[in-house]
Amino acid sequence: MGPESLEAKQQAAIEEVLKAYPAKAAKNRKKHLGVGAPEDESQKTCGNVRSNKKTVPGVMSQRGCAYAGSKGVVWGPVKDMVHISHGPIGCGQYSRAGRRNYYIGTTGVDTFVTMNFSTDFQEKDIVFGGDKKLDVAFHEIDDLFPLNNGITVQSECPIGLIGDDINATSKMYAKKTGNTIVPVNCEGFRGVSQSLGHHIANDTIRDYVFDGNAEILGAPIEPTEYDVAIIGDYNIGGDAWSSRILLEEMGLRVTAQWSGDATIKEMAQTPKVKLNLLHCYRSMNYISRHMEKEYGIPWVEYNFFGPTQTIKSLRKIAAFFDETIQQKAEEVIAKYQPMIDGVIAKYRPRLEGKQVMLFVGGLRPRHVIGAYEDLGMEVIGTGYEFAHDDDYKRTKDEIFRSTVIYDDVNEYELEAFVKKLQPDLVASGIKEKYVFQKMGLPYRQMHSWDYSGPYHGYDGFAIFAADMDLALNSPVWGHSTAPWDKEEEA
Amino acid sequence: MAELRQIAFYGKGGIGKSTTSQNTLASMAHYFDKNIMIVGCDPKADSTRLILHEKAQSTILQLAAEMGTVEDLELEDAMKPGAGMFAPDAPGGWINCTESGGPEPGVGCAGRGVITAINFLEEEGAYEEDGLDFVSYDVLGDVVCGGFAMPIREGKAQEIYIVMSGEMMAMYAANNISKGILKYANTGGVRLAGLVCNARMTDREYDLAWALARELGTQMIHFVPRNNIVQHAELRRMTVVEYSPQSDQALEYKELARKIIENDMKIIPTPLEMDDLEDLLMEFGLEEEADEDNVGKAAEA
Repeated sequence: MGPESLEAKQQAAIEEVLKAYPAKAAKNRKKHLGVGAPEDESQKTCGNVRSNKKTVPGVMSQRGCAYAGSKGVVWGPVKDMVHISHGPIGCGQYSRAGRRNYYIGTTGVDTFVTMNFSTDFQEKDIVFGGDKKLDVAFHEIDDLFPLNNGITVQSECPIGLIGDDINATSKMYAKKTGNTIVPVNCEGFRGVSQSLGHHIANDTIRDYVFDGNAEILGAPIEPTEYDVAIIGDYNIGGDAWSSRILLEEMGLRVTAQWSGDATIKEMAQTPKVKLNLLHCYRSMNYISRHMEKEYGIPWVEYNFFGPTQTIKSLRKIAAFFDETIQQKAEEVIAKYQPMIDGVIAKYRPRLEGKQVMLFVGGLRPRHVIGAYEDLGMEVIGTGYEFAHDDDYKRTKDEIFRSTVIYDDVNEYELEAFVKKLQPDLVASGIKEKYVFQKMGLPYRQMHSWDYSGPYHGYDGFAIFAADMDLALNSPVWGHSTAPWDKEEEA
Repeated sequence: MAELRQIAFYGKGGIGKSTTSQNTLASMAHYFDKNIMIVGCDPKADSTRLILHEKAQSTILQLAAEMGTVEDLELEDAMKPGAGMFAPDAPGGWINCTESGGPEPGVGCAGRGVITAINFLEEEGAYEEDGLDFVSYDVLGDVVCGGFAMPIREGKAQEIYIVMSGEMMAMYAANNISKGILKYANTGGVRLAGLVCNARMTDREYDLAWALARELGTQMIHFVPRNNIVQHAELRRMTVVEYSPQSDQALEYKELARKIIENDMKIIPTPLEMDDLEDLLMEFGLEEEADEDNVGKAAEA
């Protein structure tokens, strides 16, 4: 490194990137870019970036919409309910099964996650309204899939534009059948990102799930002193399962998973647990706060990425319970330590000192930092698609030295930052993957773990470490120079 | 063949747009041999009943809904030739009738319906009919959303006739519609072609209509007097031209038809600011100067 400090270099990179914009856009984007410094008490958020604002028109954002937040994230993984993409076919088809929310069940019989249910709006439905079609869809679903435990209506944009009353249609059908019918007004044009969709979906869980019909959902379970719920784990590639076993081994009973591999029955009974364990804060803090206020259930944020954070989290969770649990937590930690030592001994030498740039959504831009550090890697830049101030405040606690922070980064900025900061690995979403791979850069798709996973817990860490090694040390990168260019070099 | 002219009738709801337009178009066909297609753009679908002698025509959207999609619909199912003297084989000009139709009140999107219907007619070649001289759009009350502005977008109606009367709300509506025309005038080339005063026989109506026309930069193209014969004809689902061709009222519509055919005054309107419009109405005694001290006060007990 030259005479300049790292922080000064990072600041210069930001100034450089902003130069490409017209004045108005530059003024806007400047507020979303910053250098996060863990020691700097004056920073209100990480790097003082502003967030949760409208994307600058004309750029290619990586954000999703409110429908994506509700159907794709919160509701979609609830496996024993049918989720109707209400509107034209595209939204449902292109979001189908893309998030790899694993679940146990017989698809099409008692579980429906990877299927696409849509009212397939045509021009006439726009003009004449689609409420009747929705009612027909309810009937067809109950006829064809009698084992469904409820239906949600995920509104696409046109529903809000033409003013269809999905709430009344749902209410009428629910009254007739006793089944849980949840209308979700998550039209894509609402809000600035998928974040509002999470909030709307959380609110509908509060309004429609907690007082579910016991006749359909079966008898309530007997509560115990050690009941907990996993909140905000979508079981991507099996994440919730590799988390759950650790909690069970330490003597806790996981009565509900939200919402990966979830059933409406377990969600309805969550208000009986002793503690809510919140993994993805952004998408499910709303319902956690509600349960705290309404049912007095405390909630604790935890992080199961990488052994350092996992151990910290196991102890943090155990502290809410008695000494038996705390004792067992230590036993769990001790049990897995040799395995983790083996993983680190194998991969750390191959990954040591490698630098990573992240850009993802939800919790990952801060939660996975520790996992990389466990492998000797450094995160030099990170940012969120749809975070709020509270996410950036939390990020400040996770970074260990000055880090470039980019909120709602667009395709131009991310590419420019990568070129300037020269990371060894880029870890981001599906839309950016091929841009960087074609630049000859190792890349991991961190939205749905690039067809791999799980990444949570000890088992997940072993897979995470192997995947990063696979990406970084693949022999393919030795072949990224064209033969004729090589000859010239020689 | 002369170039196809596309005209549209706008105006406050209930002002008599459909009646005035059908009687005028009937005159254009009967007295001046003009061939016309009517495009009704109102979910009520009452823009063609006097020409067809029917209660209400099957609409494009209704037929499309029955068939499944609008792509399955054929033009001959949706477009009906006029009855009696307006039929293709009768002497004089002919009139083809279409209605966009739309949802029942309170559901769906009527505006999208207008767009769908007009696109359908274009794609099916309704505008390319041999000998077609005029296309006339009859549009509901006000330009409430993009769909109802469809008829004044580029390549659609170039001449707008606003049907109005000497009442306050009709004047407001005429001014508002002018604002809508102004918005599209520079991009699409739509022009205001005149006010048609469908007289209610209020005081100084003629003068007031002309005063508003002048303010908007246009003309009052015709003052159609009130006459019960219009209602008598309507009871038989007919235009006056067909019901009683020799009547005074038929001659009034004939005169309006002639003026429209010969009209060459097409302008970009200059809508009034609210205050100026209120001044105009006050000048003609339709509104009184509000006593600032009494604004918002209930009546004395």
